Amino acid sequence: MAETLDITKFKSKIAPDWCPGCGDFGVLTSLQKACTTLGLDPKDVVVVSGIGCSSNFPGFFGSYGLHTLHGRSVAVAQGVKFANPDLNVIMTGGDGDGYGIGIGHFIHAMRRNINVTYIVMNNQVYGLTTGQTSPTTELGIQTKSTPEGCIEVPINPIQLALVSGATFIARGFSGAQDLLAETMVKAIKHKGFSLIDIFSPCVTYNKKNTYPWFRERVYSLQEEKHDTSNFDVAMKKAEEWDTRIPIGVFYETTDQATYEDLEPAYKFGTPVKQKLGLGKDEITALVNSFK
Amino acid sequence: MSSSNSKSVIVWVGGAAGDGIASVAETLAKACAREGLYTYAYNSYQSVIRGGHVYMQINISEKKVWDQGDLTNFLIALNLDTVKRHGKEVLPGGGVIYNKEKIKVEPSDLGTGVADYGIPSSTIAAKFGKSPVMQNTIALGALAFLMNFPMDAVAEVLTSTFKKKGDEVVNANVGAAKAGYDYAKENFKPSTYSWTLSKTHRMFMTGNQAIAFGALAAGCKFYTAYPMTPASGVLHWLAPRGHKYGIVVKQCEDEIAAMNMAVGGGHTGARSMTATSGGGFSLMTEAVGLAAMLEAPVVVANVQRGGPSTGLPTKQEQGDLFQVLGASQGDFPKIIIAPFTVEDAFYSTVECFNLADIYQCPVILLSDLQLSEHYETVDDLDFSKVKIDRGELIPTTATAEPGTYKRYKDTPTGISPRAIPGTPGHMYVAASDEHDEDGVVISDVFTDPVKRIVMMNKRMRKMDTALKALPKPQLIGPKDADITFVTWGSTYNVVRDTIQTLEKDGAKVSHLNIKYIWPFQAKEVGEILRSCKKTFIVEGNYTGQMERLVRQETGYSIHHHLRKYDGEPFGPEMVIKEAKLILKGSVKVSELAGVR
Repeated sequence: MAETLDITKFKSKIAPDWCPGCGDFGVLTSLQKACTTLGLDPKDVVVVSGIGCSSNFPGFFGSYGLHTLHGRSVAVAQGVKFANPDLNVIMTGGDGDGYGIGIGHFIHAMRRNINVTYIVMNNQVYGLTTGQTSPTTELGIQTKSTPEGCIEVPINPIQLALVSGATFIARGFSGAQDLLAETMVKAIKHKGFSLIDIFSPCVTYNKKNTYPWFRERVYSLQEEKHDTSNFDVAMKKAEEWDTRIPIGVFYETTDQATYEDLEPAYKFGTPVKQKLGLGKDEITALVNSFK
Repeated sequence: MSSSNSKSVIVWVGGAAGDGIASVAETLAKACAREGLYTYAYNSYQSVIRGGHVYMQINISEKKVWDQGDLTNFLIALNLDTVKRHGKEVLPGGGVIYNKEKIKVEPSDLGTGVADYGIPSSTIAAKFGKSPVMQNTIALGALAFLMNFPMDAVAEVLTSTFKKKGDEVVNANVGAAKAGYDYAKENFKPSTYSWTLSKTHRMFMTGNQAIAFGALAAGCKFYTAYPMTPASGVLHWLAPRGHKYGIVVKQCEDEIAAMNMAVGGGHTGARSMTATSGGGFSLMTEAVGLAAMLEAPVVVANVQRGGPSTGLPTKQEQGDLFQVLGASQGDFPKIIIAPFTVEDAFYSTVECFNLADIYQCPVILLSDLQLSEHYETVDDLDFSKVKIDRGELIPTTATAEPGTYKRYKDTPTGISPRAIPGTPGHMYVAASDEHDEDGVVISDVFTDPVKRIVMMNKRMRKMDTALKALPKPQLIGPKDADITFVTWGSTYNVVRDTIQTLEKDGAKVSHLNIKYIWPFQAKEVGEILRSCKKTFIVEGNYTGQMERLVRQETGYSIHHHLRKYDGEPFGPEMVIKEAKLILKGSVKVSELAGVR
């Protein structure tokens, strides 16, 4: 990706208020680069978030944005997409928002294969509420709510996405921005539900899964010629954790129809662009159907 | 109430769920509607798919019928349980129609003057195929004879109903109905009924269908729902029409998704709606506040049923008024409308979409099981009243210098011109957190008490604007009435029925129905009630929620009340009885009524 990319179009007038060194900065810049690379018009992009540190994202991004309720970004974003499938809908949020309170919407959106992109800034901790355990906190990690160490097995978002029907599944690291931006370009281009789970270290509350911790372990799946069409291998790769951790695209398929392909109402065009109201003949037919 | 020789009749069809009660009742009601009679059919059912006890009450008349009535003239009993439960509720001169080869009815099961219309239905049905529901059709034919209703009209409805299943099914059904008719003619005494049939074809629909039709007419393009009785009728009517009219109809994973998706759709510019009942609405409430904060237009229908918790899933109640009033944390603008008739449910739904767009806020349509699920003949709807008003919506062709558009501009009306995603130059963030006029969040680092007040006032000002514009409540009837009824939602109907009877007896009666529940029209409602002699509210809940709302908003305490929370709808008899006691002065005035 060109270093001289002008990303001004996708910058907002508000400077992020994340902690200095927060992984989310890298995610923001990568998405700005990806949208610029794709030549998208900011008016056609809607970034939808829930609540959490990373969910302040839309405010720092220069496009249409929606900042919704905790855990509901995926539900609201689907509403946006259903109403206007011509828009590029990108959901941004954290692990608590998406894999905790919002996990129901996440799973159902994947099985719908609706054409949206979900960017999860996974820091394995609740940051905005000052450091409680999250659905991706590792076993044994001490947090404010688990002072004796977390005793629940963490969710594996990649495997969850694989079994839930997502058709583009990737992982990024905010310390590897070029690869992240490239992955985002692929995800947004992909027709169907795309997930990028991103290691976005929390410099304040997660003292284990830090930048250096990830740097020592991450490697690119694509550099190792991983076959992204092989579901079983993707499942296997998603198990790797303690010593080597893969980033990049795990799985991708275009064999599945998207929700947009199958929704019969779209033959009348984009819902927000349709003319409203019933014609005379339609009224007569409907009234008679009650007689 | 109906008796022989009068121009109206009540029929009950009872049995177990799965016996085919609804189809008998619908055939009868539809045939009556096509011949020009008015009908009102209320299904008293349970949350079981097979078994249990279900009965449909059908009130039929040459004149407009307002409710299901009280007791019945004819009872079609599809099982013995129905006879045991309702045999004594058949009026003298009426009778019980049943299959005497299947159930044995004792004379003691029936009241005096009630005829035993046992039919050897199994033997007759054997000629028309194996279907056990054929005996229902035979009973229907017998009923047609007993109420002196043209057999051809019944045959016509059966033919159109079964047309899709082929001639064989049509012939069997029509044959069975005719056989029932003939058996009754040969074995029972002739009917004393006579009808003047205008042949006016009227619509025959439920409140839910009227809501769904209203949504379609209003240009709803996105409908979300999670199945829940008694709101599912809206989903069931819209689902097969989505692909014919370009509506995305989406069954969601839960009500939280249904409401949040509808908010997303409304924000994006599609007229969006969801419907549920109290339990589902509980899950939706957080997003009701979200819609208000984003200033996203959205319509949500709450079709009330018996609560609390799962409560009475298939029974009538009006117990969610305070729930919708208090839905979601904080103060925010919302509009609540309670439709009161099937026709009004149609117009009100259209109105909800317009108000949502004009005031850019959540609009709650507060219906109830009785209104939503009963079938009724409806006079032709006036489509010239269906107007689509999108409010201050910026055309997607408009442009603006980037950074100049203020989505939440502070205006004298509180309404800010709204751009939808896709509009060039108008990019903004719609935030759940408190935000400034341009959408920038002012909750955390930029906390600003002054701006907070400006934004709060701006949003709430929309309610002042709405209050000025909403149609005013009207007192129906004489200003010097001896008694004034107060209603909201479906109880409007039983009170209209009651008033006809009281007026016949010479009483001077008036009626105030409260349709616009929020913002509450305190000034007008207070003025009307204070000008009345005796006020009497009829509502279907335990605590008198509307009575309390009226007191809270106007300082006026209604004198008398009749409340019901047993799950069954009000019948006219109990309302008439209470009203007469009040008129006589033999009911104590509410202690709170002294408070002015």
